[in-house]
Amino acid sequence: MAASSSGYSRMLFSLRKYTNKSQSLYHIDTNFVIRTIWTSGSKKQLKTKVQTKSLPQMVGVVGLEIHAQIQSTSKLFSGSHVRFLAPPNSLVSYFDASLPGTLPVLNRRCVEAAVLTGLALNCTINRKSLFDRKHYFYADMPAGYQITQQRLPIAVDGTLVYSLFEGRRRNQVVTKSVKIKQIQLEQDSGKSLHDNEQSQTLIDLNRAGVGLMELVMEPEMCCGEEAAAAVRELQLILQALGTCQGNMAEGQLRVDANVSVHRPGEPMGVRTEVKNINSVRHMAKAIDYEIQRQMEVLQSGGTVLNETRAFDSKSGNTIPMRDKEGLQDYRFMPEPNLPPLFVYESEASVPVGVDSAQVVVIDRLSAQLPELPSVRRTRLVETYGILREHSLTLVNEDGLMDFFESVVQMTKVEPRKVIGWVMNELMGNLNLQSLKVSQSPISPCALAELINLVESGHISSSTAKQVFQEMWKAPEKTVGQIVKEQDLWMINDKEELRKICQRIVDRYTEEVQIIRGGNKKVLNKLMGEVQRETKGRTDPVQVKAILEEMIS
Amino acid sequence: MSASCAAFRPATAMLGLSIREVSQALRDGRVSATELCKKCINQIQRTRYLNAYITITEETAMEQALRADIRLSTGKPLGPLDGIPFSVKDNFCTDNIETTCASNMLKGYVPPFNATVVQKLLDQGAVLVGKTNLDEFAMGSGSADGVFGPVRNPWSYATQYREQSKEDPDSDWTITGGSSGGSAAAVASLSSFLALGSDTGGSTRNPGSLCGVVALKPSYGLLSRHGLIPLVNSMDVPGIMTRSVHDAATVLRILQGRDERDSTTVQAPNTPPSLPEHFDIRDICVGIPKEYHAPGLSKDTLAQWSRVAAMFEQAGARVQEVSLPHTQHSIVCYHVLCCCEVASNMARFDGLEYGHRSAVDSSTDAMYATTRHEGFNNVVRRRILSGNYFLLKSNYERYFVKAQQIRRLITEDFKTVFRSGIDVLLTPTTLSDAARYSDFIQEDNRTRSAQEDVFTQPVNMAGVPAVTVPTALSPRGLPIGLQLIGQTLQDWKLLTVAHWMEQQLNFPLVRFHEDSNKRELDQSVRERTHTVGL
Repeated sequence: MAASSSGYSRMLFSLRKYTNKSQSLYHIDTNFVIRTIWTSGSKKQLKTKVQTKSLPQMVGVVGLEIHAQIQSTSKLFSGSHVRFLAPPNSLVSYFDASLPGTLPVLNRRCVEAAVLTGLALNCTINRKSLFDRKHYFYADMPAGYQITQQRLPIAVDGTLVYSLFEGRRRNQVVTKSVKIKQIQLEQDSGKSLHDNEQSQTLIDLNRAGVGLMELVMEPEMCCGEEAAAAVRELQLILQALGTCQGNMAEGQLRVDANVSVHRPGEPMGVRTEVKNINSVRHMAKAIDYEIQRQMEVLQSGGTVLNETRAFDSKSGNTIPMRDKEGLQDYRFMPEPNLPPLFVYESEASVPVGVDSAQVVVIDRLSAQLPELPSVRRTRLVETYGILREHSLTLVNEDGLMDFFESVVQMTKVEPRKVIGWVMNELMGNLNLQSLKVSQSPISPCALAELINLVESGHISSSTAKQVFQEMWKAPEKTVGQIVKEQDLWMINDKEELRKICQRIVDRYTEEVQIIRGGNKKVLNKLMGEVQRETKGRTDPVQVKAILEEMIS
Repeated sequence: MSASCAAFRPATAMLGLSIREVSQALRDGRVSATELCKKCINQIQRTRYLNAYITITEETAMEQALRADIRLSTGKPLGPLDGIPFSVKDNFCTDNIETTCASNMLKGYVPPFNATVVQKLLDQGAVLVGKTNLDEFAMGSGSADGVFGPVRNPWSYATQYREQSKEDPDSDWTITGGSSGGSAAAVASLSSFLALGSDTGGSTRNPGSLCGVVALKPSYGLLSRHGLIPLVNSMDVPGIMTRSVHDAATVLRILQGRDERDSTTVQAPNTPPSLPEHFDIRDICVGIPKEYHAPGLSKDTLAQWSRVAAMFEQAGARVQEVSLPHTQHSIVCYHVLCCCEVASNMARFDGLEYGHRSAVDSSTDAMYATTRHEGFNNVVRRRILSGNYFLLKSNYERYFVKAQQIRRLITEDFKTVFRSGIDVLLTPTTLSDAARYSDFIQEDNRTRSAQEDVFTQPVNMAGVPAVTVPTALSPRGLPIGLQLIGQTLQDWKLLTVAHWMEQQLNFPLVRFHEDSNKRELDQSVRERTHTVGL
């Protein structure tokens, strides 16, 4: 009963036998890692599977609805704080609990976040936008309606440009774009926690009323991989802007995919909505599974139903969601307690009598726009002379660019040499163990030290790769320790080198004869033998010179 | 009005004063705030049969009064309201004091905060003596449809009415009008110097008129709605009820202004400290809307309307007939908009976070349905169902959008009239004086609201200010009020004209019939709840 002022922290709304659960709960899967996007059902495979003789091939059509939780200290319409994993119902204002008589007060920070995001996605920012009520009964939406922007959203008509790897070896960067239909501000709901054993539902309103940006991406993608690349790019943009933390596992970014299939030139097929996706990788899998499923349904003469399906990460399948409500009529109406939201072009366009510090001014926000990922990649290519595909990986992997730049700063080596280490050794090992860059056992400093030893000729580059693996296994040891313990220092003593070379020349008399006969290629074999003898601790250039001198 | 015009028994002598007068008495030490508070509480008890109050806050009131006395005795009162007893309609949230909206849904609900307007009065040292009765969730025009039973009009217990009546005072009595009937009765029966009502379609002015008190509906946005449990957000305004226009102006000055917790509030225009005592009415142009000669207008009310119009004219004001052509569509259009917002606003009452929760728990949906069925009366349920029907995707254009378009036309009507040089409009407030309760309940709530709100409702559509001023007693001895309508945010000018009008009218204070004074506290009133049949 009475919501007393004495503390929401102790208030857990409990509701028995809560049975009509239908919307997705966003699981928290802390084990998941954003990784290079890979899907089993990539486009090529799909196409070959469904090829028919006369008709053109069927293709998938994918549109996305994305809810991005706005990164702000307080909620969209109330002063409650926003924090993940706070004790249940500890961040609930009277408004959030829908106490009668409370009114929404728009948080300027949330509006600024939406405008910044709109600007970064090349949207038109509506100078005037409106709020609406969307009605439905749901236990974790206390007011019985959600305040959203159905009629006139804050931003419209944008574009998201994203890149992905294509080609047989997946090393070719292709750039694509998808239209952003609109960005709208709206309230998040609370969370329902179902206790099946005691047949009750507990409601946590900490999340209720947190600001969301709903972004609608037009159905212009064709497969999971494209959608994944688009979402990853959006994630990076939001993180660069600081408007959303973008962590899918924590529900800061939630993606629902609208999937259909058709033959090019024919009308769009019936679409399904896939929910319950909690990572970029799962999203790609879910979409590809769904495309495949729909194609198979159609090919076996069936029809695709317009339904909501949930992705099951264990099986990798999508399954129909129990959707008891059927077709919902949300009975939209204008939110009468919020006047139209005005956004001004510049300081000069703020009307007289309005405090410009209290309103949202586009020029002011444009000036605050940080370096966006695409610009960052171009800068990396130009500054370090690296390849475009490398810049894509550097920016797309969390923390990798910082790692790379730190190493570059600590060595005198050309950045192009550093990128090899980062892309091959570092990423190879991280991927193998599904680790994040931040979890790498080798620090940028240690890698720089290793590279410097190669550059100064203290170890050979082939030895260095060996050392790298040792460092990975024993991060507590320094590079010097490992090299010393395994006796891997480079043999730079001329006399010793000559002795080793002499031994090889003496052992392979036949080959020496051939070389003397004019087939210089066989020299490589002798060089390889020297390397083997010294476990790669020699400089090939020196060895070659000595061998040539001995044989000639 | 002045206190000298009525003879008082000593017990109620102080209670008949205006705020201005009693405030002076407090400063002069002729009465203490605690004495005054006690007198009001006693008066509430003496008039319990009116059923004007749902909650009497005697304990906290006495504490507040005590604090006011300390300030008054040191010569440092907070302002003109320090120590003044007031009451609040029970749809304004009051911190730690039950707020019911006269509904089963909120019986026992204790809000954790004060409505902004309540807080502002408390901050001025005013003393809250009680929460007043109303129609459930303010849906009605009789104060007859609340879960605590109907409110009785104090004037039906006054000498003049009782002497004409041959029936038992418990069967022959009149309604207060509504939905803020409790507040109007509180001010009229001298148990509060000031009461807050709410006005969505006339809910403050209608009972104000029927109970013979001054009732101001300020411009939309001038007073904060934060803490007012909404009926129609886009039309709701806190209303002010007092026994003089001057008092209403004093309270308006304190309550008006922007509130950061209500985004629809506006900055108040500059307001002088008090209304001018001498004011040249010859500068004023009074409009008489011809469409307000509505069917059902009683001949007594019409006579008063004509008399006052003539009074303005004789005093040198310009009086001219004007037209508000879309007024006739106001009621039907209001019905649609009101139901839509009601459907939406009532969605939060699901029994989860607060309020009534049904014992049925077979499923969430079943719990919602029974909670809402048990919690709301027929009037509320019917409006919710209608509203949800109007808002369906397939109906939205035909009903909601249409109604909004008409609303704009009605607003334009007022703008056009005021642009043409009219300062205020003079209209009746209600069709007639108060109906007998037994007659009133012959019709259902919807029909009654449609009839009763006809003069008051267009004002809410347009968001303009209006005030009803007690004008005269009908031959039955019941008050008749007339309404003045002003331009948006010109509330002060409106009150200035109303003040002039009031000074010419000399409306009397209520004088309870001797029998009424002896009436015992009538507990049975609360049990005779009336529910309209489907």
